[in-house]
Amino acid sequence: MSLGGEWYLTLAAALFTIGSVGLLIRRNVLVMFMCVELMLNAVNLSFVTFARMLGDIGGQAVVFFVLVVAAAEVVVGLGIIVAVTRRRSGATADDLNLLRG
Amino acid sequence: MNLVEFGATAALLLPLLGFIALVAGGRKLGEPWAGVLATLAVAGAFVGALSAFIGLLDIHGHGRAVTVTLFEWIPSIGVNTALLVDPLSITMALFVTGVGGLIHLYSIGYMHGDQGFARFFTYLNLFTFSMLLLVLADNYLLMFVGWEGVGVCSYLLISFWFERSTAAVAGKKAFVTNRIGDAGLLLAMFLLFGTVGALDYHSVFADVDGIAGVTVTAAVLLLLVGACGKSAQLPLHVWLPDAMEGPTPVSALIHAATMVTAGVYLMVRSSPLLEHAGDATTVIAIIGAATALFAATVACAQSDIKRVLAWSTISQLGFMFLAVGSGAYIAAVFHMVTHAFFKALLFLGSGSVIHAMDDEQDMKAMGGLRALLPITSATFIIGWLAIAGIPPFAGFWSKDEVLTAAYDKSVILWAVGLLAAFLTAYYMSRQVFLVFFGKARWEESGKHPHESPRTMVLPLVVLAGASVLGGALNLPFGPHLLTTWLEPAIAQHHHEELTVSRFLMLAGITTVLSLTGIALARGWLKRPERSELEPPLLRRAWGIDDAYAAVVGGPGRATANALAQGVDAGLVDGATMGVGGLVRAGGQRLRAIQTGYVRNYAMGIAFGVVMLLGWVVSRAGG
Repeated sequence: MSLGGEWYLTLAAALFTIGSVGLLIRRNVLVMFMCVELMLNAVNLSFVTFARMLGDIGGQAVVFFVLVVAAAEVVVGLGIIVAVTRRRSGATADDLNLLRG
Repeated sequence: MNLVEFGATAALLLPLLGFIALVAGGRKLGEPWAGVLATLAVAGAFVGALSAFIGLLDIHGHGRAVTVTLFEWIPSIGVNTALLVDPLSITMALFVTGVGGLIHLYSIGYMHGDQGFARFFTYLNLFTFSMLLLVLADNYLLMFVGWEGVGVCSYLLISFWFERSTAAVAGKKAFVTNRIGDAGLLLAMFLLFGTVGALDYHSVFADVDGIAGVTVTAAVLLLLVGACGKSAQLPLHVWLPDAMEGPTPVSALIHAATMVTAGVYLMVRSSPLLEHAGDATTVIAIIGAATALFAATVACAQSDIKRVLAWSTISQLGFMFLAVGSGAYIAAVFHMVTHAFFKALLFLGSGSVIHAMDDEQDMKAMGGLRALLPITSATFIIGWLAIAGIPPFAGFWSKDEVLTAAYDKSVILWAVGLLAAFLTAYYMSRQVFLVFFGKARWEESGKHPHESPRTMVLPLVVLAGASVLGGALNLPFGPHLLTTWLEPAIAQHHHEELTVSRFLMLAGITTVLSLTGIALARGWLKRPERSELEPPLLRRAWGIDDAYAAVVGGPGRATANALAQGVDAGLVDGATMGVGGLVRAGGQRLRAIQTGYVRNYAMGIAFGVVMLLGWVVSRAGG
């Protein structure tokens, strides 16, 4: 048997919510980063689901774009995090407020 | 290209080429070659004007006007860089280059040993070019270019010895005073262009019948403002006496013979407008007569040799305006030409005296120079008799023609002119007696006056010859050379027939008064100090300069200060600073939003997404 599309969509919504709440409440930069990834993949899951439900390959194609962009984003983001932790160890996101107006 | 076109173009361009060459290599040429080059350029221009004159003689009747278009300038308003070669412009060009050439030659001797020798001739050539542009232009706009050009040269040459603060100040004064006149001239051009839609003389004068009388009157009055500034008429005369700070050849060329007559030229050129201007011509005549008398009274009390001549120039220009206002345009040109001869002669003669006296300009410290400066004194005396109006010298004929025209216009104007002529004879005799006759008052100072070098004496002799014979240009009875020649270029004005008896009566009165003036001045031979005849009021030129200084320096300065502090600092600065301050304060408030915490930004994004979603859902639901 196969599950209906609603289950997948519910799972995607749950993952997205977990990710966004995590992003808002956590202070560890790495964890916040993982939360962003979680949100991206939740969206990917909903894309794939809709593609399957509507029989449209376009949704799956978009997922590849998102994966590629996410990979690039991870490279840049991790690079920044590594550079920051080299200068100050154990830094949380709140310590990085140099751009305060 | 025929003779007229070639001659006029060459006359205009040669001084310009001379100027460019002197700018490029004047310093290298040095003394005297820079002066020789400049003199040759002007002499060439004279030959060019002469050939244009000869070419014009071949054309007869009213077609005696050739337009030479050099290139298109502003096609959208129909203004070209074009020359109008007609009897009037070529007469002006001839005497500008003729007298100008002689003064260039004289300057080689006068400026000997000056640091700015090459610079002086650079300016002189630029001046000659601008003056020729002024008189040869075929439209008001191009004329205005020349008008401003001579203004700039006048400024540069008045303050030629700029290390002297009086010279620098005098240059500034001339420049600022002339700006007032130029504003009038500009407004006149705006008015004419707005009414006629063209600025070239031909179109403007062709349409004059179709323009409302009020407009013509206003245009003429505005032109008059411009002419008053340039020609130093009341009340804009104040700059000319101070302009004597410049080197003497400059005083002769610019501030006696040529540039200051530009206003008269402008009036004569605009004669078709003047004929339709109604009472405006009376205003011109009154200003002319008043200036002639006023300046003559002031000249009676001056003791600086050049200042006497400066005031005399203002007075003689007043005569020309009187002639213009009386409709006697040709008499105005006639007097302009003869005045150029004898006033240039007098100025150059005074320069020769100053040169001989080691830069002494006070007439009270001269005297008895006749034997030591034989040629200078002989030529100066000829100039004196010419300006005093003694027949048969040139000034007699032209001044008599002016006064006859004034008599036709109004007896009062004639009487004022007559009084001015009487005073002219008096103050010029006073000058001649103080400088050349009487006891030598310079012997204790150890000076050794000597006759000037040949380059300075030659122009004096030529100009003296012209001052003797210049009257032949337009004798009252005879061929009327100048009248016949100029008539096609100038508007017709009805004049009373001049009978022999009328001529004898008017000329007789003038001559008797002139001789009386000379006789009255005899007292100056014996005693050079007669302060009762030099009241302080006249010495200070009726206090007009002081009044201007008081008004501009007192209430004028106060108003300017009030405007600077109130309007400029308060309103204008306040508005700009206020806008800046508002933005700064707003930014100060808004910067609080930028906390620098990532979670705040994330919260902002999340909030925005929720709001957008809510908006989309509510639209879908509705």
